[in-house]
Amino acid sequence: MLGRTANGLFWMFRYLERAENTARLLDAGIRLALTRDLATAEEEWRSVITVTGQRRLYEANHDGYAGADAWNFILRGKDNPVNVREMFGAVRQNARMARNAISGEVWEAVNESWMRLEKLLARPVGQSAVGEVVRAIRLAGTLVHGALEGSMLRNEGYHFARAGTFVERADSTARLLDIKYYLLLPSLNYVGSSLDNGQWDTVLRSVGGDRAYSWLNAGQMDARGIVEFLVLDDRFPRSLAYCHGALRDHLFALARLHGTDAGSNQLMREADINISDTTVEAIFEQGLHEFLVQFEAANAEIGQAIAEDYRFLA
Amino acid sequence: MDRSSANFDEMFAADGGVRPGYADFCGWYDEQDPKWLQRKDAEADDSFRRTGITFNVYGEDEAEERLIPFDMVPRIITAAEWRKVTKGIEQRVSAINSLLYDLYHRQEIIRAGRIPARLFQDNAAWLQQMVGFTPPGGIYTHIVGIDLVRTGPDEFFVLEDNARTPSGVSYMLENRETMMSMFPELFSRVAVESVSNYPRRLARSLAACAPAATNGKPKVAVLTPGIFNSAYFEHAFLADQMGAELVEASDLRVVGGRVQMRTTRGFEPVDVLYRRVDDEYLDPLTFNPDSMLGVPGIMDVYRAGGITIANAPGAGVADDKAIYSFMPEIVEFYTGQKPLLPNVQTWRCADEDSLAYVLDNLAELVVKEVHGSGGYGMLIGPTSSKKEIADFRKKLTANPQNYIAQPTLSLSTCPIFTKKGLAPRHVDLRPFVLVSPNGVDITPGGLTRVALKQGSLVVNSSQGGGTKDTWVLKD
Repeated sequence: MLGRTANGLFWMFRYLERAENTARLLDAGIRLALTRDLATAEEEWRSVITVTGQRRLYEANHDGYAGADAWNFILRGKDNPVNVREMFGAVRQNARMARNAISGEVWEAVNESWMRLEKLLARPVGQSAVGEVVRAIRLAGTLVHGALEGSMLRNEGYHFARAGTFVERADSTARLLDIKYYLLLPSLNYVGSSLDNGQWDTVLRSVGGDRAYSWLNAGQMDARGIVEFLVLDDRFPRSLAYCHGALRDHLFALARLHGTDAGSNQLMREADINISDTTVEAIFEQGLHEFLVQFEAANAEIGQAIAEDYRFLA
Repeated sequence: MDRSSANFDEMFAADGGVRPGYADFCGWYDEQDPKWLQRKDAEADDSFRRTGITFNVYGEDEAEERLIPFDMVPRIITAAEWRKVTKGIEQRVSAINSLLYDLYHRQEIIRAGRIPARLFQDNAAWLQQMVGFTPPGGIYTHIVGIDLVRTGPDEFFVLEDNARTPSGVSYMLENRETMMSMFPELFSRVAVESVSNYPRRLARSLAACAPAATNGKPKVAVLTPGIFNSAYFEHAFLADQMGAELVEASDLRVVGGRVQMRTTRGFEPVDVLYRRVDDEYLDPLTFNPDSMLGVPGIMDVYRAGGITIANAPGAGVADDKAIYSFMPEIVEFYTGQKPLLPNVQTWRCADEDSLAYVLDNLAELVVKEVHGSGGYGMLIGPTSSKKEIADFRKKLTANPQNYIAQPTLSLSTCPIFTKKGLAPRHVDLRPFVLVSPNGVDITPGGLTRVALKQGSLVVNSSQGGGTKDTWVLKD
């Protein structure tokens, strides 16, 4: 496979994952805003924008955090270069570029989803429509992943696509946890104490893990429990442990197919040890923020190593 | 519909009766509920959009991807008609290949005084680097599109030869797929030759032209200018269907005397490059030293037998409209036979007498640029205003050798589906022809382009033309 095509597949699935994660984040924000007073709602929208990494850009162009302003900025804001519409455009662009490396079913899932989203996002999204838009974005991810699972040859292209998915997902969960945790904690004394359930519920909802968490933990909401769930529980498909487990499998498969022990594999092994050998106590000992920053850096490094190992760029 | 057309209609005879080739289709059509057909008509667009069969329009920001309108009434050719047409095409395509070989070698045809030397000397597509070089298998035009028009039951004319990078074959294939999914029952009633193995035939034909340097199974790649090119969909489609790599020039590099592509495993040689870029974007070292586009050194590899480029660089010299006007002589010179498919009568404005005639009759003629394509830069006398004709007259007298003129043909019509029922529209036909050392291979079908505007003669998709599925009936 061409290096450029591998790059296209990798980024196609990174953008797809990013769009889906943004939709989940938005979904949680909308829900919280509905159940809270205005001030809390504003606070929540500020935090949502912060998680997307565009707070400065947003504040340069908007006065305050009205819900509709915030979600339109995230979904389709012309002043936001990483809005969901652009992300999904990038999914489709990369899919077109890698067109002969994906199955017709994957392509059609991407193209149809893109057409639907283009229509939904052609005009500012009102309160009554935002839920539908969020659902459409999530559904797009479901469709494309389903088509990939059901129709793609398990060749290197498949593994590049999956690697992109998990690099992005790991980054997204880590970032969400980092930012949310700091916003939620008035001071470090709160670590381990029982916290405002509504806020933590939002964190879990943002990764689609609210039901799974309460199922596993019988509704016990505390920082340790949630951090353990989102970082170390490899049963949950958006936890850091799960994402890196999956990423490791796909990188090994790639190395096997290419008959090499690539640099990305070496980095993967190191990152693996950092997760598998730790406990939630050790993480809080080190400092959650420090732990997450380290994780994000290692994750980004793996992404770069994949690009180098497999000659993504000239 | 109005069945008394001044033009030859593909479906209806002058007395209003249905021609034999269309009998089964019309039988089916008359049984259908028109409302249901209208719904189907709307579905077709959705299906093309879903599959992404779109073309990009240059210089348009909004709606950068467009659909070529599809009409669901097939254009039908009987087995007997097809046999005649293919014989003529085979003859013509062989002659074109012989002409290219000759022009780039001993130039017998010029020595014999059958065509003037200026035809290649003044030709921008002429490539000095090809002189004395024989491409692998002696093939110059691996893929040819011959544009045909029809004016009567037995009157097919060649309107244009496309010997560079003819496009449109993906529409031949996708139009058929669309028809089969929309009206499956139709195909169990009418026996239609299949076109779906074209990509396999193309792959086989290209592999048969592999260069001497090939090691093992020939590796074929399709070279595209990239996703912003108007025909990108087709490039990706063909690569996908052939199981070939879809490369851009930036993926290729000359390494160790071979053209190699950057894969996830390192550089791997390409044996046959089906390029969908123009000559001048192939190799900056040969064509344009200031250009960043292309693969530096690919022409040297080519000349050393390290790669096959399809179509051969410099093949365009055979398909401009000045050469076209000499095609009857060319066919006769190389095949020793009269052309089976006639040319449309053509006045070369470079000749003084012809120019005088053309200037006197501008209002009745179609005048085209010698190197033009896509329906641009031409004058259609009968449908042009006095001012348009006067403006064109100035351009023509300033640079007569840049133009040829043809009579306004009464192109055949074929009905299209409209809300008010069937309505005749002008059509042409582009069969796709593959050439390899194993011979000429013509897929039974082609691209039928249709002028959707009533009375219009311009079928180009860039000018509001549409397409139809093209059926060649089985015997």
